[in-house]
Amino acid sequence: MGAKMIDFGGWDMPLHYGSQLEEHQQVRTDAGMFDVSHMRVVDLQGDGVRDFLRYLLANNVDKLQSTGRALYSCMLNPEGGVIDDLIVYFINEKMFRLVVNAGTADKDIAWMKEQAAAHAPKLEIKPRTDLAMIAIQGPKAAEKLWQAMPGLKNLAGDLKPFTAVNMGTMFAARTGYTGEDGFEIMLPAQAAAFFWEALSKAGVKPIGLGARDTLRLEAGMNLYGHDMDETISPLEAGLAWTVDLKSERDFIGKAALLAKPATRKLVGLVLQDRGVMRDHQVVKTSNGDGEITSGSFSPSLNLSIALARIPNAVQIGDIVQVSVRDKLLNAKVVKYPFVRNGKGLV
Amino acid sequence: MSNPGNLKYTATHEWVKTEADGTITVGITQHAQELLGDMVFVESPEVGRKLKAAEECAVVESVKAAADIYAPVAGVVTAFNGELTNEPEKINADPYGAWLFKMKPDNAADVAGLMDATAYQAHVDSEAH
Repeated sequence: MGAKMIDFGGWDMPLHYGSQLEEHQQVRTDAGMFDVSHMRVVDLQGDGVRDFLRYLLANNVDKLQSTGRALYSCMLNPEGGVIDDLIVYFINEKMFRLVVNAGTADKDIAWMKEQAAAHAPKLEIKPRTDLAMIAIQGPKAAEKLWQAMPGLKNLAGDLKPFTAVNMGTMFAARTGYTGEDGFEIMLPAQAAAFFWEALSKAGVKPIGLGARDTLRLEAGMNLYGHDMDETISPLEAGLAWTVDLKSERDFIGKAALLAKPATRKLVGLVLQDRGVMRDHQVVKTSNGDGEITSGSFSPSLNLSIALARIPNAVQIGDIVQVSVRDKLLNAKVVKYPFVRNGKGLV
Repeated sequence: MSNPGNLKYTATHEWVKTEADGTITVGITQHAQELLGDMVFVESPEVGRKLKAAEECAVVESVKAAADIYAPVAGVVTAFNGELTNEPEKINADPYGAWLFKMKPDNAADVAGLMDATAYQAHVDSEAH
């Protein structure tokens, strides 16, 4: 397919198949597909799986009461840092499915096993390396997916955002990482090439990691290892909405979060001057310095946008200075997402 | 796309064309634009600026990364390509047409000492390994 390949956490991944900008627009205006088989599916099975997840995850799995419901959550260490961010799907009281990041998967599974040994020794933790995952995203994702796999419409056609249907060997979720409508389909690895071909024939274009990153940044979605990691509290990574501190429930990291209120926050930046903001650049504010955690060019807005961690006192609408190479450039502090369902919001 | 035989090249992936009036035109090679991907921003040197050989003098930024552009030889900047300010993607579409800037070299012989197309291709191949 003429893809430009890069090494991504040990996986050979396509950075782009031609033009990253064209791939980005393809997803914003039509439909594109991503091979995201590097992400690890982990099934947790057995009695007491809900209780275990109530303790393991910062978000509250009790929000998941009907089959197929999905929840985004952080998995924290006892210091309140983020081990990983993940999606958890409720299938039944004896089975929940997690999807974790590729680069952290081995570490995540080791952590889950360690916690299970202490709190739920009978629980089975099953990495599903037999499954491939393909994401189909864009305003025409649904239409083209039914075209490629007509049988799927009956089963997945009514899925609401953030819900999924388990079809035995196949699993379809109305989720994604682009800010557009779309699906993430898990299926046996040996069936993936056939499925990919069928989508291609329906006019769904392959999209590389490059566009995946600009799409998620515009959508204001965190990227593990950039916007948060084991040393960063979710409260300082724009993820307070995913942390349930209200219920009586105890979970790993809760005590640390309660003991240490956030002094910084994650905000959006829109560059006012010409140039491109990049990860790790310093942000100068009248309340102290901050840092760009994800910076790039926004193909939808045609200017540079970023997520930055800055002191709490800085307000939305303030102008800050970003140290871009050897210059200080002006950027406006904004609420994110920057783009949703094809429309610019800033 | 092969590298035109009438141009000279640098190890930092600039191409150099000698014009009839002795000035040189500078751009980035096909290989460089391919590595960088979609261009979104170009910062050109100021006209009149005196440059040393291999001095950083311009920046091209793609969605992916920023790259410095170096003066191929010592000299003075005489023009920059204003078209690229609004249409940086021209570098991707036509790297040997979308020039970045022009210079008057201090010493014309310096240009002759740069790589020819064959030597540059060998340099690209060696970087790939």
